[in-house]
Amino acid sequence: MTQTKAGPAAAAGWPAPAPGAAPLPRMVRAQAALEFRTLLRNGEQLLLVLIIPVLLLAAFSREPLVNFGSGVRRIDFLAPGILALAIMSTAFTSLAIATGFERRYGVLKRLGSTPLRRSGLIAAKTLTVLAVELLQAVVIVAIGLALGWRPHAGGGAVAWALLLVLAGTAAFSGLALLLAGTLRAEATLAAANLVYLVMLGLGGVVFPLTKFPLGAQPVLRLLPAGALSDGLRSVLQHGSGLPVRDLLVLATWAVAGIAVTARAFRWE
Amino acid sequence: MSTEPAVNITGLVKHYGRTAAVAGLSLRAERAQVTAILGPNGAGKTTTIEICEGYRRPDSGTVRVLGLDPVRDARELRPRVGVMLQSGGIPTSARAGEYLRVMASFYAHPLEPAMLLERLGLTASAQIPFKRMSGGQQQRLSLAAAVIGRPELVFLDEPTAGLDPQARHATWDLITGLRAAGAAVILTTHHMAEAERLADRVAIVDHGALVADGTPAELTGTAGQLRFRAEPGLDTDNLLAALPPGSAAKESPAGHYVVEVHDRVDPQLLAAVTAWCAERGILAQSLRIESRTLEDVFLELTGRELRS
Repeated sequence: MTQTKAGPAAAAGWPAPAPGAAPLPRMVRAQAALEFRTLLRNGEQLLLVLIIPVLLLAAFSREPLVNFGSGVRRIDFLAPGILALAIMSTAFTSLAIATGFERRYGVLKRLGSTPLRRSGLIAAKTLTVLAVELLQAVVIVAIGLALGWRPHAGGGAVAWALLLVLAGTAAFSGLALLLAGTLRAEATLAAANLVYLVMLGLGGVVFPLTKFPLGAQPVLRLLPAGALSDGLRSVLQHGSGLPVRDLLVLATWAVAGIAVTARAFRWE
Repeated sequence: MSTEPAVNITGLVKHYGRTAAVAGLSLRAERAQVTAILGPNGAGKTTTIEICEGYRRPDSGTVRVLGLDPVRDARELRPRVGVMLQSGGIPTSARAGEYLRVMASFYAHPLEPAMLLERLGLTASAQIPFKRMSGGQQQRLSLAAAVIGRPELVFLDEPTAGLDPQARHATWDLITGLRAAGAAVILTTHHMAEAERLADRVAIVDHGALVADGTPAELTGTAGQLRFRAEPGLDTDNLLAALPPGSAAKESPAGHYVVEVHDRVDPQLLAAVTAWCAERGILAQSLRIESRTLEDVFLELTGRELRS
């Protein structure tokens, strides 16, 4: 039995099927650009990744709120800590919250039926995080320098700082995706913000780790925030060589976090 | 192009915990046709579609989509199959136009995003973030995203749920256009009239299994109905005795009478019913002659009980 279902207007000129996937780099670029734009458009995310770090940098460098030790210029101590905080806010808090809600609203599920593979999505998220971090670094370094920051900035120092930032980004991202991929979106939101506040207090960002009890200090240096701020400070404030121990701590968190996440992550 | 059907499901079983969501479903959907899957809530429609989309693995049975295994061959299938989920799936702060351009960049020969926005009446909303669009606009954007890659096969899970009549017609036009261009469309719906209007074939599913399958005309058959309203409690057995053999008469609900015949209602039947009424001084009101609708068939097959 033959039936004509197509109305005259509808049938006119609808293009025939022509399936096919785009090249992977094009998909990854498009997805990363979308994530970058939507992040910067979101007021809370912008507050988290840019406004809070800049305000903390400005406030603590002006006022003697905390005694960083004699003979230490406040801004030289603060700027590396604020850079560490910025990395954490992007690679951990912001990534966890955004991914948690993408999972909750079926965005990850829907992407699973497009030609963008999971590896492509992870590449896009990595690109997004790195792009935001670059933006943060430019702003924080510029404001820091304007406030009188005099970091050690030889080739070695810059290279070690970049290496620490990359390791820190990997460590925080693994943990962020672990939260986002296992908890409900609201729980991820709460946990990500709570960890952010705890790390702000205990991560050597604005309060020196040396102010904590002696017994607690080694433990705090084993946390990713403490290791990143301590490592950046060694390189940028004290002009040390590569802080191997801090880098190892970050690398361990990265490997462990990503391994657990790869097993535990639920896409919907 | 291969001759494999768009979708071929045999003996599909899927449990969630101890509940069988799909219990031995077999279903075949041809290429370049619209196939509607109908069923009460909880019948297993969405689970079946999501297995075809590769989101879930069957417990047993085989599922072939364009001749391929939806999980094992996912990479080959993804560019060829368009998907519209029942809800969500779009980043809440992405704008309609921006989102479609990103989706277009995932495919080799995509449709022009601006053309799709125009066809679906979304041009004026192109700059609005997804979370601030109305439910109907969100549905249409989701539909646009499902077809932008020019797929051979499109799965639409309740594409017209919550749409106003204009948006529903735009959606219907798009579906008939896709079909005319040679794509296969598989859709679920609760609107029987929609299935009757759009679908080449209709599959009715209940309790996770197929209960009927055919063209809308095959399913509704040639049976005719004569309906009228009158005072409750008329003697329908007595009415039946006055009618040609093979007829059926019932009162449902009270005061509403239905006379059914296997063939079309003819003038003799109409005369017999009105004569019977006239002899008893009954004025038959709202008297009308209808053929059986898909909805009648659906309710007969799946019952009138409410589903959770």
